[in-house]
Amino acid sequence: MSKPNGGFEKSLKTWEDAVSKVKPEKRSASDLKAWDPAKELGEPGAYPFTRGPYENMYRGRLWTMRMFSGFGTARDTNERFKYLLEHGQTGLSIAFDMPTLMGYDSDHARSRGEVGREGVAVCSLQNMQTLFDGIPMADVSTSMTINPTACILLAFYVACAERQGVKSDRLRGTIQNDMLKEYIAQKEWVYPPLPSMRIITDMMAFCAEHVPKWNTISISGYHIREAGSTALQELAFTLMDGFTYVEYGVKAGIPVDDFAPRLSFFFNSHMDFFEEIAKFRAARRIWARHMRERYGAKNPDSWRLRFHTQTAGCSLTAQQPENNIVRTAIEALAGVLGGTQSLHTNSMDEALALPTEHAVKIALRTQQILAHEAGLTDAIDPLAGSYFIEAMTNKMEEEAEKIFKTIEKGYPQREIARAAYEFQKAVEEKRYVNVGVNEYVDPKPKLIPLLKVDARVERDQVAELKKLKRRRDAGAVKRALEEVGKAARGTANLMPPILAAVKVDVTLGEIVEELKKPFGEWREPPIYW
Amino acid sequence: MGSPMAAKKKAAPAKAPARKYRILVAKPGLDGHDRGAKVVAAALRDAGFEVIYTGLHQTSEMIVNAALQEDADSICVSILSGAHMTLFPEILGLMKKRKMKNVLLCGGGVIPPEDIAALNKKGVGRLFGPGTDTREIVTYLNEALPKLRG
Amino acid sequence: MTLADGVKKGDPLSVSRAITAVENGTPESLALLDAIAPLIGRAARIGFTGPPGVGKSTVIDALVQVLRGRSEKVGVIAVDPTSPFTGGALLGDRIRMGKSTEDPHVFMRSMATRGTSGGISRATQDAADVLDASGVSRILIETVGAGQSEVEIARATDATVVILSPESGDGIQAMKSGIMEIADLVLINKADRAGAGQLEHDLRGAFDLRPNRRGKDIPILQSEAFKGKGIPELLEAIDAHLAERKKDGGFEKRRNENMVRRLKTLVEYMIERNLWEEDGAGGRLETFARDVLNHARTSYQAAELLVREAMKAR
Repeated sequence: MSKPNGGFEKSLKTWEDAVSKVKPEKRSASDLKAWDPAKELGEPGAYPFTRGPYENMYRGRLWTMRMFSGFGTARDTNERFKYLLEHGQTGLSIAFDMPTLMGYDSDHARSRGEVGREGVAVCSLQNMQTLFDGIPMADVSTSMTINPTACILLAFYVACAERQGVKSDRLRGTIQNDMLKEYIAQKEWVYPPLPSMRIITDMMAFCAEHVPKWNTISISGYHIREAGSTALQELAFTLMDGFTYVEYGVKAGIPVDDFAPRLSFFFNSHMDFFEEIAKFRAARRIWARHMRERYGAKNPDSWRLRFHTQTAGCSLTAQQPENNIVRTAIEALAGVLGGTQSLHTNSMDEALALPTEHAVKIALRTQQILAHEAGLTDAIDPLAGSYFIEAMTNKMEEEAEKIFKTIEKGYPQREIARAAYEFQKAVEEKRYVNVGVNEYVDPKPKLIPLLKVDARVERDQVAELKKLKRRRDAGAVKRALEEVGKAARGTANLMPPILAAVKVDVTLGEIVEELKKPFGEWREPPIYW
Repeated sequence: MGSPMAAKKKAAPAKAPARKYRILVAKPGLDGHDRGAKVVAAALRDAGFEVIYTGLHQTSEMIVNAALQEDADSICVSILSGAHMTLFPEILGLMKKRKMKNVLLCGGGVIPPEDIAALNKKGVGRLFGPGTDTREIVTYLNEALPKLRG
Repeated sequence: MTLADGVKKGDPLSVSRAITAVENGTPESLALLDAIAPLIGRAARIGFTGPPGVGKSTVIDALVQVLRGRSEKVGVIAVDPTSPFTGGALLGDRIRMGKSTEDPHVFMRSMATRGTSGGISRATQDAADVLDASGVSRILIETVGAGQSEVEIARATDATVVILSPESGDGIQAMKSGIMEIADLVLINKADRAGAGQLEHDLRGAFDLRPNRRGKDIPILQSEAFKGKGIPELLEAIDAHLAERKKDGGFEKRRNENMVRRLKTLVEYMIERNLWEEDGAGGRLETFARDVLNHARTSYQAAELLVREAMKAR
């Protein structure tokens, strides 16, 4: 058993150590001694994909402009979706409220005060239908940021599409469904790890057969970074989660090439511009190598890492919020130069609240300006060949490989908490200049208008749930829940009974409660320093 | 006996050791964002406080019960989920119900200025937003607690 | 209602304030301890110690659940080290205790060592006295078996359980560090991990080699506390041990020995407090130090004078 802090991160005493660890020594050609571009880079769209997953990249197709949004009721969010689509976004991304994320209906005692505040409340198929009212599900691709309750939301989505007359094999989108990072970073969970992995593998198998165009996991580094990790830790921990899913899928008996092509990734794009670009390129190369050499995948689609990017929420400041427009633009640019497949840009007011229409429009326009005015789409991986970028990409890969070897239980959480603390010290001691926060501070801060979520949202949701429960067939509900419980206690795939249940108006909370019986509830083992 | 030193000693009562303040750092509700709570807890420890961190997903009952048993001088609540106008008053109510006197309820997270003002009026202490220097929190506690708790 | 009355009634607020008073050694704490004295000694005190990371808090949480199942009222004291550099402490056991902390019949208190060598032992035992008087039937005291004072706390009980786990060569370290000298029972937690059997075997071997016959009779148990496995058996073993010690007089003997040690510590504490804290760190010490360096007295003469004055002060 390796020693705590297995020798690797011992040198990470300060935030500066983390920064300098991945930067090359000389910043010149000598950093690339014996570097073979044919082996390390390849061509865009070819192994090891350093330069991009596709041959043509944005010359063939722009990245998807996919703005994460949701608040209040399904009706409120439906309006925001339409607003964004009207203004040119090209993909949908749903933000759910805390109760939905954690498995509680809006009328549960633990949901009090939380309904509709961090995202949209979706407890029933009816809510999902309202959410997609007037939005043709055959024509849009949708990303759902949902984890422990992902199986239920997927069922809502598929059933809702069915009611629009759209068969599941036409549905395109992504479901986050990445429980491993929840345990270490985002902290949304219901069941313990083993049953959670069973749910995930059931979803992978179900989609392979019925929803083949669907990305079944969005293996995420975004939240790991937001919790305070360094870029290198984000890279390493995310890929490790990815490898774990591959191993689980294989153990569950699904041939690797059957599910790996539908694994996708989700990274953060933070303020250290070149570090982020190197991170994205290193991620592609590392994944390709491990998938081919270690897991024996034969299909190039299995080697090809595709990712969504969100600009860093934790880099936004509450002070002088308009500065955040600049930060987001820089971070978005890094994502584009790093070859992202889809992009969400944060709004300037998001250190304070969910975005207003005004703020989110600017964020969307940021992407459109990058796409159409900046000449970026003509070039593919334009920073290739730069000493600095290539040396950093190499270093990121090298250091990530070291982390893969020394990982042990509790390590990610400890390192993330420590990195967060060291960064805070760096800010307080002004070793990191944070404009508007510790330098160039406004003595009289200006207040900007913020989005407010009304208390009526909770009242309306609760009232609607009451009506739903009166209206539906209680016998059908009971039988459907029994089927879900039966499948959970056995080995049958959970998706079909869950899908059947949502169609007879069983609510999200009811399914979660039923699954808690055989699966149990998870309690965080406190690993924090 | 009879030296001035001995007389002085007789007069002065035994002095208790320097006061250690005990802070309960709490995460109420469903919010899982604990980066700030952990950073603040570590900073408070580094500033000489005794810190008890409740962990995530605490109900108001759990938080107040912990504060009572630990005889916390202050409860520092972290909320980033928007549920602050429900959760802070709930905690205040329970503190009153359990007859906890002179315990400083404060905290931080994502709370708009007008809500901060409203909560202050209800009896909540200072609320610290994004970008707060942890030293500000330490100074606040070091100034407020001796007055409140002795 | 006085604080003492509140404690006797088992009022949590009074218990909490009383513990703070005795921990800080306030003037009112002496009157309080006097008032509750007749009620002290009813509860069984069990110490738990072991290296970090073995799952002590999880074991205690599970044990509390079992005790609650038998309708026992339980007190838990968890001791964590104060940072010698900052004077602060992260008291991280409560968070590990899970469901127990929601139970109104469980009173849990986290305490920091606060740096003084005898101090925490005194404070912990006084806090245990308060819990005792409040009517709990069991007091579980948890420390990390790192420093001498932490080991002392675990020993100053009616029985000591040393908790180990199969990882990181705990067993060998523990045997070397001397924790094993104080163990009445040994619990190998996380017994589902590889090496549990080997560890038990090694421990048994080490115990058998000891000249002290008692070694042979030390129960070594296994548990998976996270799942609650092995914990009812642990309680049975603890109760069996206590029953036997009550029969053969060991229980009384140990309480006597503990009290002797406790009084010694208290005497040292009172001298320390009177000498240093009355005058402050400077004052007399500075004066006498100069005297010694100027050859006006020997260091021993100076020290004797200081001690005499401390005795007279009360």
